[in-house]
Amino acid sequence: MSRRPYVRVVPRTTWFFRHPRYMRYMAREVTCIFIGIYSVMLLVGLVRLSQGSAQYEGFLAALRQPGSVLFHLLALAFSLYNTFTWFNVAPKALPVQVGDEHWPDSVVAGGHYVVWVGLSLFILFWAGVL
Amino acid sequence: MTDNRMAIRQVELEVLRYNPETDQEPKLQKFTVPCVNEWCVLDALNYLKDNLDPTLAYRWSCHMQVCGSCGMMINGEPKLACKAMLRDYSGVIRVEPLSHFPIERDLVAVADDFMAKLKRVKPYLIPGEKRTLADGEYKQTPAQLERYKKYAMCINCMLCYAACPEYGLTPKFIGPGAISLAHRYNQDSRDGGRDERQEEIATSEGVWECTFVGACSDVCPKHVDPASALQQVKVASTVDWYLEHFMSWVKK
Amino acid sequence: METIQADVAIIGAGGAGLRAAIALAEADPKLRIALVSKVYPMRSHTCAAEGGAAGVIKPDDSMEQHFEDTVGGGDWLCDQDAVDYHIHEAPKELLQLEHWGCPWNREADGSVAVRPFGGMKIQRTWFAADKSGFHILHTLFQTSLQFPNITRYDEFFATDLLVDDGRCQGFTAIEMRSGQMRAFRAGAVIIAGGGASRMFPFNTNGAIKTGDGMAMAYRVGAALKDMEFVQYHPTGLPNTGTLLTEACRGEGGVLYNKDNYRFLQDYGMGPETPVGKPELKTMELGPRDRVSQSIWHEIQKGRAVKTPWGDCVWLDLRHMGEKKINERLPFVRDICISYLGIDPVKEMVPIRPVVHYMMGGIHTNTKATTSVPGLFAAGECACVSINGANRLGSNSLVEILVFGHRAALSALEFAKSVAPGNDAALTAQADASQAKIRALFLRTPGKESIAGLRKEMTDTMEEGCGIYRTQEGMEKTCAKLSELRRRYADVALHDKTNVYNTDLLSALELGSMLDCAEAVAMSGRERHESRGAHQRMDYPERDDSKYLRHSMAYYNGLEPPRIDYLDVVITTSPPGVRDYSGAKK
Repeated sequence: MSRRPYVRVVPRTTWFFRHPRYMRYMAREVTCIFIGIYSVMLLVGLVRLSQGSAQYEGFLAALRQPGSVLFHLLALAFSLYNTFTWFNVAPKALPVQVGDEHWPDSVVAGGHYVVWVGLSLFILFWAGVL
Repeated sequence: MTDNRMAIRQVELEVLRYNPETDQEPKLQKFTVPCVNEWCVLDALNYLKDNLDPTLAYRWSCHMQVCGSCGMMINGEPKLACKAMLRDYSGVIRVEPLSHFPIERDLVAVADDFMAKLKRVKPYLIPGEKRTLADGEYKQTPAQLERYKKYAMCINCMLCYAACPEYGLTPKFIGPGAISLAHRYNQDSRDGGRDERQEEIATSEGVWECTFVGACSDVCPKHVDPASALQQVKVASTVDWYLEHFMSWVKK
Repeated sequence: METIQADVAIIGAGGAGLRAAIALAEADPKLRIALVSKVYPMRSHTCAAEGGAAGVIKPDDSMEQHFEDTVGGGDWLCDQDAVDYHIHEAPKELLQLEHWGCPWNREADGSVAVRPFGGMKIQRTWFAADKSGFHILHTLFQTSLQFPNITRYDEFFATDLLVDDGRCQGFTAIEMRSGQMRAFRAGAVIIAGGGASRMFPFNTNGAIKTGDGMAMAYRVGAALKDMEFVQYHPTGLPNTGTLLTEACRGEGGVLYNKDNYRFLQDYGMGPETPVGKPELKTMELGPRDRVSQSIWHEIQKGRAVKTPWGDCVWLDLRHMGEKKINERLPFVRDICISYLGIDPVKEMVPIRPVVHYMMGGIHTNTKATTSVPGLFAAGECACVSINGANRLGSNSLVEILVFGHRAALSALEFAKSVAPGNDAALTAQADASQAKIRALFLRTPGKESIAGLRKEMTDTMEEGCGIYRTQEGMEKTCAKLSELRRRYADVALHDKTNVYNTDLLSALELGSMLDCAEAVAMSGRERHESRGAHQRMDYPERDDSKYLRHSMAYYNGLEPPRIDYLDVVITTSPPGVRDYSGAKK
């Protein structure tokens, strides 16, 4: 038999450098780490609150440190990136067909943005910021 | 209609060559091919084979973007060679066999794995309600047709497999093309075979191997949007799970 | 050599081959079916058919009308018993496809929709947008996957039929991936290998359409029938030859010459009909032969549009609007933009006639039986004579189903009736077939190249066997083809390796095309009349007294084929006048 199919090996750790599309995917995935860390911090804040006002004040003071502010700015930027990228692919997971036609992706994605802005405004209003 | 589309241009092609009988491993070979501006990459390859090197092996047939034979990597991107127009390229054009598939020879990829997976997902109608020819056609409204039509456009060109990094890393993954076709039948109003197909595709080798890179939909020459099909299967499978575990009194 | 034993073996896995395989598998789950193709089934050229498939289904239609359209469209060279069988089976086959999941376009109430097509008096063309062939092929292929007794041999290139004891008992084929030859033995063989229009330089056909099946049958003595009838499709892209479906006109597209004049009214297809309101069986909905010939005349009269790709006429779809074009002709739009850089929503598209289909092929009767016992044929490679001298658009997508199915039933019956063959004789034949291939490998390259000979063949076919033909032109082409067939004997391979050797396949395909081309030219040279797609400058009239007969070309080694004739089967429709004027009624 003269067949000898040649198998090209995909590098297991550096595969995403092969194409900008894969890099963008990794960026989307990696940004979620910051959202995760931020969520943990919120939980820590809750624990501190349950331990009494002194502990909670200490927690708030720690948040005002320059490093903490920098982290929050980064986390905000990354979570926005994460949000935008997910909203933009949302129409793929939730296509909407009305009658004989599918809604354009922009309408489904746009709907997500509208709900997001609405909820944000509601929370800001409820929290007394607005 | 006078413009430079009929002008001749020398195109540098770098073609990945591999002949299992003479080569240890694939290597790029350079050719300078006189091309007409309006040609596609496939035309350039045909010129090359007819005039420069008759030993070059590649698949092609329809030259109209529907038979799915001429999928290959063109400058690192999975493309149909008959849809890759020279006007969209400058400089050297690198042509390689589809990524993630073994190379049989030159630009010919081994398609066995895809063919086996296609069969595995039962991409045929499993009628919900049996009808004989005497009963006439199944009624299907334009809206019901629209539900699955996009996914029926798959030409089995395998570009999505060459684009999917998950498939490259985990070859067991059933992959975008085959799952999209399973979804196509799941969505068909005439079909009743969803449960059978879900057993194959709503699994760890099926949709749950997909991490939604979305590359499949980017490269699909027929706008099938496999990424969408796979996410919908995930959603449906999740709903199935909740119904089964928490609301078993509700029929799917 | 490894031998593969089957009960029925099929060469070709396009529409006809797949339909046959499914019919066999359904008829007998124990039957061993070998489905052999030089490409994966979904690459078969059925996928390129666009417009649709004709079958009587609507209450305003009738079998009689489909019959009349087809027989008249074929200029009375159709065998009327075959047409009768074809039209009666057509709706059943199309409905069967619907039951297998084919995504036919629908009416609002969910019933199957039909569209107008050229030469058809009633709307009866079932369609799936402008990808009907693609959907039919994939529906059949996918359906075939559920039958465990269909064993596919994808990318196996069949080379020679094995005929012993007066019947076909198998064939040899090269497994392309290994270069190894295999002997397929079967009680019956079905050829569904497609057409041969690649023998022309400007054609709509895929690279695979090289007449291998036709040539294989021809070389073992089966007649090639009516080979001179080569269909030019009126609307091809002028540069690539890519097909723009007849549905462009069915949905309302119109043809203009350079003066924006709808010239078809000057060629017996008038009076002019309103733009965007196509009337059946007249003007743009005339038959393909007449429309292509009219374009040829316009070009001769200097009323063509000059383009970088030669003389064209305009196809105008703009009045249909973007929405309808996207719904009904999305593929056409894609293709125009891709290859021509023209968006038919906004601009007129230059088009010119292009070789599309061979009405001729392996002679079969209504049971898909060839003159070689044990050998059956269906699809474009066969000539059961439903198309006569000119095929109506949307009849061939049905033909592959009706006669693919019929071939399966006939082959099954035959295979069950035969005793095992003579092992020694069949082995010797397979070895001889292998020796021919080996000789090709051993020959040292001389001055003849495959691409060079192919170019000379396609050029002479265009010169001598175009839309209009003359005795002198065809004589020259016959002589040239005779010369090319001799020179072909000196063709050698540059590629002497085994794995996926496309140099070898190109050589074999060239041999098939040369054999078929000579049958086309010789049959044409001998037919001294004009009928359907065979138009002679020197014999401009149809001559029923001499030529209401099929041409039968018989293989004669390196000599040109022997041409014989067979009477046309007439049942109810005597030869009449083809009338495509709108003023009738």
